[in-house]
Amino acid sequence: MAINDNAKPQGVVHAGDLPDKPAPIATEGAVAWMRDNLFNGPFNSILSLVALALVLYVLPGLLSWLVFNANWSGGVEACRANPDGACWPFVGSRWEQFLYGFYEKSERWRVDILLVMLAIGVAWLAIERMPARSLAAIFMLFIYPVFAFFMLYGNEALGLPIVETSQWGGFTLTLVIALSGIVASLPLGVLLALGRRSKMPIISLLSTVFIEFWRGIPLVAVLFMATIMFPLFLPAGVTFDQLLRAVIGVALFSSAYMAEVVRGGLQAIPKGQYEGAMALGLPFGKMMRLIILPQALKIVIPGIVNTFIGLFKDTTLVLIIALFDLLGVVQASIADPNWSVRSVPYTGYAFVAIVFWICCYSMARYSRYIEDKLHTGHKR
Amino acid sequence: MHPVKTIALSVALAATAGLAQADETLDAVKSKGFVQCGVSQGLPGFSNPDDQGNWTGLDVDFCRAMAAAIFNDADAVKYTPLSAKVRFTALTSGEIDVLARNTTWTMSRDADFGEFIGVNYYDGQGFMVPTNLGVSSAVELDGAAVCTNTGTTTELNVADYFRANGLNYTVVAFEKADEVVAAYDAGRCDVYTTDRSGLAAQRTKLSKPDDHVVLPEIISKEPLGPLVRHGDSQWADVGRWTLNCMINAEEAGINMENVSDMATSNDPNIKRILGTDGDLGAKIGLDNAFCANVVAAVGNYGESYDRNVGPETALKLERGVNALWSQGGLLYAAPQR
Repeated sequence: MAINDNAKPQGVVHAGDLPDKPAPIATEGAVAWMRDNLFNGPFNSILSLVALALVLYVLPGLLSWLVFNANWSGGVEACRANPDGACWPFVGSRWEQFLYGFYEKSERWRVDILLVMLAIGVAWLAIERMPARSLAAIFMLFIYPVFAFFMLYGNEALGLPIVETSQWGGFTLTLVIALSGIVASLPLGVLLALGRRSKMPIISLLSTVFIEFWRGIPLVAVLFMATIMFPLFLPAGVTFDQLLRAVIGVALFSSAYMAEVVRGGLQAIPKGQYEGAMALGLPFGKMMRLIILPQALKIVIPGIVNTFIGLFKDTTLVLIIALFDLLGVVQASIADPNWSVRSVPYTGYAFVAIVFWICCYSMARYSRYIEDKLHTGHKR
Repeated sequence: MHPVKTIALSVALAATAGLAQADETLDAVKSKGFVQCGVSQGLPGFSNPDDQGNWTGLDVDFCRAMAAAIFNDADAVKYTPLSAKVRFTALTSGEIDVLARNTTWTMSRDADFGEFIGVNYYDGQGFMVPTNLGVSSAVELDGAAVCTNTGTTTELNVADYFRANGLNYTVVAFEKADEVVAAYDAGRCDVYTTDRSGLAAQRTKLSKPDDHVVLPEIISKEPLGPLVRHGDSQWADVGRWTLNCMINAEEAGINMENVSDMATSNDPNIKRILGTDGDLGAKIGLDNAFCANVVAAVGNYGESYDRNVGPETALKLERGVNALWSQGGLLYAAPQR
């Protein structure tokens, strides 16, 4: 049988792989995404539609009030002429008061320096590529607070005039209270959590009593006690700084919550980890520092940040004891009869809400980032 | 009395007992170099921070007047903003020297908390209604929905008034003044009631202020005045005569502009007020020219009134009962002689 050499090869030969075909329309693109995420079943479809309706109902009016129909320039007259939009000139004319409170005008550079240092320090700690981060951490945790106190309060010997704490205010005061609370409550909370789990009965009892006492009373009551009852127990004429009283109250209060969050993390560590550490001959301190706490704290990062965010927002309660945090100073400004326009109070509150949202959301984002970075297997 | 209240009060009394011994406040104030003055956390026209962060208002002017009387420097004041709840504790615990926080002088407060040294504003609770309601007197308000603040004497006064006149009403109460105004402006109630100075302040926030009218009835007495701690009569005198000085100065026609010219006046009354004759100031531990210093720095009562709450300000309050007695008002200061 003769072979026809000229015959064309049978079948199809491709050099290399076939190009991918586009995926079926049902699994890609906007429609599929919406089907997967928004309209995945009748219940979710209804929820999505309700949510969409709510957004469409609220958003246009809100944006119109906040942005498009708002007064961006001019003075109080412009706001009076158009009372149906936010009155941003009010914030513009008062932003210094909102930032510094009644802090001595000639000394405000001191606050500026501290704020810049704080921003740099936080960024330094947050960005991993930065060198010497542990040194920066030590600086921010131990040196910066002392430095900040001398800068804010002043010291005659250093040539800085004294600025009484009653003059501190605005966003600066919010930061002072929140950061002192945050810096004090984490170590205190860890100690209390360890104390509560301790096998030594007195320490365990004291820790438990402390935690349950502070968790059992509302923060408003703590602040009231610190302001109203506490001075009455002191001998006449002896006064105790009002801000210090509030800061101590806030710190103790949040440390009790922090203790329970940390204890949750400690409970989650399997017994084997303790036994392993003991088998290695580690004393209690090293066992906790090297083995247990790093794992426990990692688990409860969401809880810790949750407590921090709660604490940050709780600082606004100090306005009932006549400390002018951001919200307090905005409320006092609203009372100015020269700015007596209908939209001014709403603008003030909207401004406070925006500032707080930015701060709290940044904390939340950072906590997510840390969680992702540290996740080593137990995350689902 | 409620047991907790009793404990709190006895603790308060024990704490003030030490202070009640001696006339020491004026000396203490002189040595520290400023007056610590308790004010509100922001009350239009009485004490509120302005654009620059300086405290202004009728009550603030009184604090400044005291500083001028003592130091001849109206800026020698430090302000402690106080909520309505903590104001008396701040005074009894010695945290502040004088409380000028738009506080109504009542018998129980005078007995419990401190010594009122006079009245710097006669207020009273009033009603505001929309003009188109066609009401000209509060007794026509039968069946009205009344907007007011929660938990203040305002609410109780309304209840008393409506019950006494046999009128039906419903209360629509809110926590904050801003909420009350918003509700009233939105037509959720027919009547808005609070102190008349407050009505004036809030009226400017209405969408059409001219469509609303304040009814003539005043249903409560609210004499607002500064107070000092019990038991230090010298310090109380300093406060009392600072206030009297401002009122007497207005009566004698002494104001910020002419006070230096008046020093050469031959009128014996003016000479006594300004301290060019006699030693009235020295009798209460002050400079004889204390009143001249007050008027030069802060002005007389009328000037302070016009600057903070008068017809030219956003509050637009007529003098009314706060005029001098010689002009049909209630201001009648004891003579300086």
